[in-house]
Amino acid sequence: MSNQDTQGQLWEVFIQSKAGQSYKHAGAVHGYDKEMALNNARDTYTRRGEGTGLWVVPSAEIVAVTVEEDASFFEPATDKIYRHPTFYNLPEGVKNM
Amino acid sequence: MELTQVTEETLLKEFQAKIDADAKIEPNDWMPEDYRTHLIRQISQHAHSEVIGMQPEGNWITRAPSLRSKKILLAKIQDEGGHGLYLYSAAETLGVSRDQFIQWLHEGKAKYSSIFNYPTLNWADIGAIGWLVDGAAITNQVSLQRTSYGPYSRAMVRICKEESFHQRQGYEIMWKMMEGTKEQRAMAQDAMNRWWWPALMMFGPKDGDSPRSGTAMKYKIKRETNDQLREKFIQKTIPQAHLIGLTVPDSEIKLLEDGTYSHGEIDWNEFWTVVNGDGPCNKQRLAHHVKYHEEGAWVRECAQAFEDYLTK
Repeated sequence: MSNQDTQGQLWEVFIQSKAGQSYKHAGAVHGYDKEMALNNARDTYTRRGEGTGLWVVPSAEIVAVTVEEDASFFEPATDKIYRHPTFYNLPEGVKNM
Repeated sequence: MELTQVTEETLLKEFQAKIDADAKIEPNDWMPEDYRTHLIRQISQHAHSEVIGMQPEGNWITRAPSLRSKKILLAKIQDEGGHGLYLYSAAETLGVSRDQFIQWLHEGKAKYSSIFNYPTLNWADIGAIGWLVDGAAITNQVSLQRTSYGPYSRAMVRICKEESFHQRQGYEIMWKMMEGTKEQRAMAQDAMNRWWWPALMMFGPKDGDSPRSGTAMKYKIKRETNDQLREKFIQKTIPQAHLIGLTVPDSEIKLLEDGTYSHGEIDWNEFWTVVNGDGPCNKQRLAHHVKYHEEGAWVRECAQAFEDYLTK
């Protein structure tokens, strides 16, 4: 994202909704520094106790797979079904495996 | 040149196939220009509405009748600001800066919902806004949770979670007033009379007169038409009014045998007058936004200078 405006740079917001859970992307806020970004994220995304944890990351620092390479990028995973437990046959009578 | 055209055509076909399969479109995905343009206009208009909508309600913070109602109103208005921010951040994923959105608003190139160009004359108006205006907005937003653009859809899910408090607190105000003195009942009815029709106008022009609704439906930006949503709102709101003893200011309302209501038609001349800028408070609302945006410029400059200093 470009930072052409006068509203501070863009930060992506990640919320952990309960202790022990993964952080999940919630949206974005503007902020001029880390502290302001964190405060803005709190006021914008957690007004009703939505989070026990909060991350803000400069949007420009996010590295993403481009759309054009999406399919080929993830291709190595598609033909390895033996990575899934359901691939395997088990003898009758086995419980809880 | 020809090769590019073929590619564009293929891309469009793939795009429409995704839409038809109810897949979400994400910011970096290829999208046709009219899809992007429509989203930029619709999401920013939606964001501006949330923010401008803080003004008529803010008018009553200092005069709220109790500490309880003041706290509730403050929380509601803060939510509206938050909703504006969710939506601006969704709109920004389309490659337009926050500054640009605000500039378009100030230049009159971007609109906001006409409902906020009506004044809030007494406390009952705060009740009517929460119940009717937020109620109409929710009807629209519930439907928009299924919009095809991912960031817009996610913002809508978040907003809908928060909106139902808004509607309930408004209805509670109206209900309390209807249980009160004769004067209080008259105030509530007066607010009802003034807000009913503007609330119905929030759904926009009639389907036949809505120039861009074809694109919006084809690309599943909107999932239901203006008239469909308006009808839903009318049908669920009339019984709510009757329950607390309010009269809906439409002499043509009749309960039909199938349990639905027939009703009258919006005054479309008033609708277009307000949309085109001649509503009661159009100038005042925009002037207020411009004033505070300009007066805040030095704060943004200082903050920017501080950021530059930190990153040096």
